[in-house]
Amino acid sequence: METTLNECRPGDKVVIVRVSGEGPVKRRLMDMGVTRGAEILVRKVAPMGDPIEVNIRGYELTFRKADAGNIIIQKLES
Amino acid sequence: MSFKFALVGNPNCGKTTMFNEVTGSTQHVGNWPGVTVEKKEGKARRFKEDIRVIDLPGIYSLSPYSLEEIISRNYILEEKPDVVINIVDATNIERNLYLTTQLIELGIPVVVALNMMDALESRGDQIDIPRLEKQLGVPVIPTSANKAQGTKELIEKSLQVAQSAATGQLGESITIFDEQIKKSLDELLSFITPQCNQVYPPRFATVKLLEGDEIVIAKLQPNSAFMALITTTRGRLEQEYDNDMETIVADQRYQFISKVISKSVKKKLSVGGLTVSDKIDKILTHRILAIPLFLLVMYVVFTITFGFIGTFTIDYIDHLINVTLADAVTTLLHSAGAAEWLDSLIVGGIIAGLGSILVFVPQIMILFFFLAILEDSGYMSRAAFMMDRLLRKIGLSGKSFIPMIMGIGCSVPAIMATRTLENEKDRRLTIILTPFMSCGARLPVYALFAAAFFANAQSLVIFSLYILGMVVAILSGILLRKTLFKGEAEAFVMELPPYRIPTIKGLMIHMWDKGKGFIKKAGTVIFAASVIIWFGQTFDFSLHMVEEVSDSIFGSVGAFIAPFFAPLGFGDWRSSVALLTGFVAKEAVVATMGILNNLGEVGEGSVELMASLQTYFTPLKAYAFMTFTLLYMPCIAAFAAIKREMNSWKWTLFTVGYQTGTAWIVSFIVYQGGKLLGLG
Ligand SMILES: Nc1nc2c(ncn2[C@@H]2O[C@H](COP(=O)(O)OP(=O)(O)O)[C@@H](O)[C@H]2O)c(=O)[nH]1
Repeated sequence: METTLNECRPGDKVVIVRVSGEGPVKRRLMDMGVTRGAEILVRKVAPMGDPIEVNIRGYELTFRKADAGNIIIQKLES
Repeated sequence: MSFKFALVGNPNCGKTTMFNEVTGSTQHVGNWPGVTVEKKEGKARRFKEDIRVIDLPGIYSLSPYSLEEIISRNYILEEKPDVVINIVDATNIERNLYLTTQLIELGIPVVVALNMMDALESRGDQIDIPRLEKQLGVPVIPTSANKAQGTKELIEKSLQVAQSAATGQLGESITIFDEQIKKSLDELLSFITPQCNQVYPPRFATVKLLEGDEIVIAKLQPNSAFMALITTTRGRLEQEYDNDMETIVADQRYQFISKVISKSVKKKLSVGGLTVSDKIDKILTHRILAIPLFLLVMYVVFTITFGFIGTFTIDYIDHLINVTLADAVTTLLHSAGAAEWLDSLIVGGIIAGLGSILVFVPQIMILFFFLAILEDSGYMSRAAFMMDRLLRKIGLSGKSFIPMIMGIGCSVPAIMATRTLENEKDRRLTIILTPFMSCGARLPVYALFAAAFFANAQSLVIFSLYILGMVVAILSGILLRKTLFKGEAEAFVMELPPYRIPTIKGLMIHMWDKGKGFIKKAGTVIFAASVIIWFGQTFDFSLHMVEEVSDSIFGSVGAFIAPFFAPLGFGDWRSSVALLTGFVAKEAVVATMGILNNLGEVGEGSVELMASLQTYFTPLKAYAFMTFTLLYMPCIAAFAAIKREMNSWKWTLFTVGYQTGTAWIVSFIVYQGGKLLGLG
C-alpha cells in the first residue's frame, strides 16, 4: 500500500516510490540519496515531535515531517 | 614542474584530517575571493615536486544551491587544478559516491581516496578496489587519514595522473546514465561542443543545461534554436520518465551507484543488533531524557569554561602580562630614558590593551575545545536535530543552532559558522541574532558590576544576562521574521554523522581552526585599537597630552554623548567613554572604567574600582548598564565579520543599528521599569 513517509512510525521499513514537490528542498533531498527505489528505515522522531530521523543508504538523515509528506513510499514490513 | 591538487569531499569524510596529514605545517588560510568561506592551501610535504594542495569546502553535491557548492564548482571549472582528489568515506560509500559521479564529469582527472578504511575493516565490510576502479573509471587509493595510512600512495598516484594527463592521456570515461538519456545527451553534445569548449567541459554543460541550471545557462547563453532543442528534449524526457529533469538525473546517478556498490562492496551480514552508536543515540535523543541531558551538557561546558579553570587561567595570565611584563617593560624603558609618552603608549596602551584580550585566549580556547568535542563526537548535529522545532518558531532552522551556541564563545567564529546555512535570509537573520548571545568578552564587565553591586547573587545576575540575551534573540527573531524576513524558512535536511570518540589530534586541529581567529584579532585589530584608545584618552583635540582623562578627546566625546544614555541610568561621561571603547573590544570596557576612575590599569576584580563605581552607580543602574553592554553593537572584529558575511554595507549598518537600538530600548525598560517598581 502506498502512503507518505510522514505517516510512518519509528521502526517501519519502507521503499521510496517517488518524491513529489519541487525546489531546493527536493533537490537537497535527492542529493542526499532520497530517490526512487531507496530503502528507508524510520529511526525516530525528535523529542519535540519534529523533525524525523531515518536511515537511508547506510547513513542517518534528518528532515522535517512536512517534507516527509512529499515522499511517497511503500511499506516493506513493520 | 608544479602541480595543483584540489581536495573535495562530503562533510565528515575526513578531509581536514587528510589535508593536515598531507600538508603538515605548510598550510595557510585565506578567503575565497568575494566571500569569506575559508580557503586553505598548503604544500605536500615529503615530495620534491612542487605540489600545492587546495582544500575545498565540504559539500554533498555540485548543485548550485549553497555558497560552498558554487565555490567548489567554480574553482574546479575555472582554476582547473591538475587533479581533483575526491575523498570518499568508505563507511558511507553510497552517498559519498554521488559527488564522485558529478566530479568525473568536470573534465579534470579525479583520484578517489577511499578513506576510513580502518573503520570499514573493523566493521568487517570489504571493498573490491580494483573492481571499483574499473567501474568508476578512476584510480582508487585506500587510506586511513587519521593513521596516516595511504596518504603517500595517494599523492604519488595523483602525481602520476597529473603527469600523464599533462601529456594528454586521460583515463577512459564511463557512462552513468541509461541508454535513452545518454542518447539525448549525445545529441545535445554535438550542438554544444563548439559553444562551450572554453568555458565548461561539454559533458558537464549538457547535463546542466538539460537540468536547467541557471548559472550555466546564463554563462553559456545558448542561442534560441539550441535552447528550444534543450527544452523539447527535456520535455520529452520528463514525460517519459514521469518526473522533472533534476530528479531523473539524480535518480540515475544513484542507480549507477547502486550497481557499482552491489558489485564492489561486500557488507558483513548484519546481525540486526544495535551498534554502539545506536545505543548511545537511544539515550542522548531519548524522548524525555534528551532535553535535560542537553541542558546538563551545556551546564557542564559552561561551568568548566567560565568557572574555576577559566578564572584561574585569566588571573594567571592577567598577572603575567599586567604585572610581570608591564613592570619589566617599565623598568626597561626608564633605564633607557624613554619619554613619558612612550612609556604611557607601550605600557598603558599596548600592553594593557593586548593584555585585556590575551587573558581571554585560554578561556576561549577551552570553550572551543569543548565545542570541538561536541562537534567531533557527533553530538552537535543531534542538538540541531532536537532544537529544530524550537528554532522554527523564530523562523530559523536547527542549523542556526550551532552558530548561536558558538556565539556564547565569540561572535566572530559564530558569524563565520553561518556559512553552512543555504538560504540567504536565514543566514542574514542568524547573523543579526548571533551577537545577542553573550560572548566571552562581555563576561568581565558583568563580573565587575555583579561583584560590586550584587555581591550575594553574582552568578545569578550573570546567568540572567545570558538568558536575557537569548530572550531578546528569540523576540527579535519573531519580530524580524514577521517584518523584514517574511517568507519560508530554510529547509532542514541534515546528515547525522555516527557518534565517534574524538581524537586529541582532531580536537586540537578544530580548536585551533576556530580559535586562531580570536588570537589574530588580538594581534591586529586590538593592537590598533589599543593605540587609538590610548591616544583618545591621553590627548585632547589640540593634541596636547592631558592630565585628566575628562579633558581628553574621549572625555569630550563622552560628555557629548552622555545625555543619550541618561534615560538608561548611566548618563555620566565615564560610562559613555567606556561603552565607546567597548566597540573596539568589549573587554576594554573594564580597563577604561579603571583608567577613567583614575585607578590606572585594573582588572575586573579590583576592589578600588568597585568602590569607586559604587559612588555613582546603583544596583539598578548597574544592571541597566550590563544590559546595554550585552546587547549593543558587537566589537569591531565582529563588525568586520558581519560586513564580510553580509557582503553588504546596508545590511551591516542595519545590523549594528538594530542591535544598538534594541540595547537602548531594553536598557530603558530595565531602568525606567525598575524605577517604577521602586528598585532605583
Ligand atoms: N576511523 C577513521 N576516522 C577518521 C579517518 N579520517 C578522519 N577520521 C575522523 O573522522 C572525523 C571527521 O574528520 P574531519 O577530518 O574533521 O572531517 P571533515 O569534516 O571532512 O573535515 C574526525 O573525528 C576524524 O578523526 C580515518 O581514516 N579513519
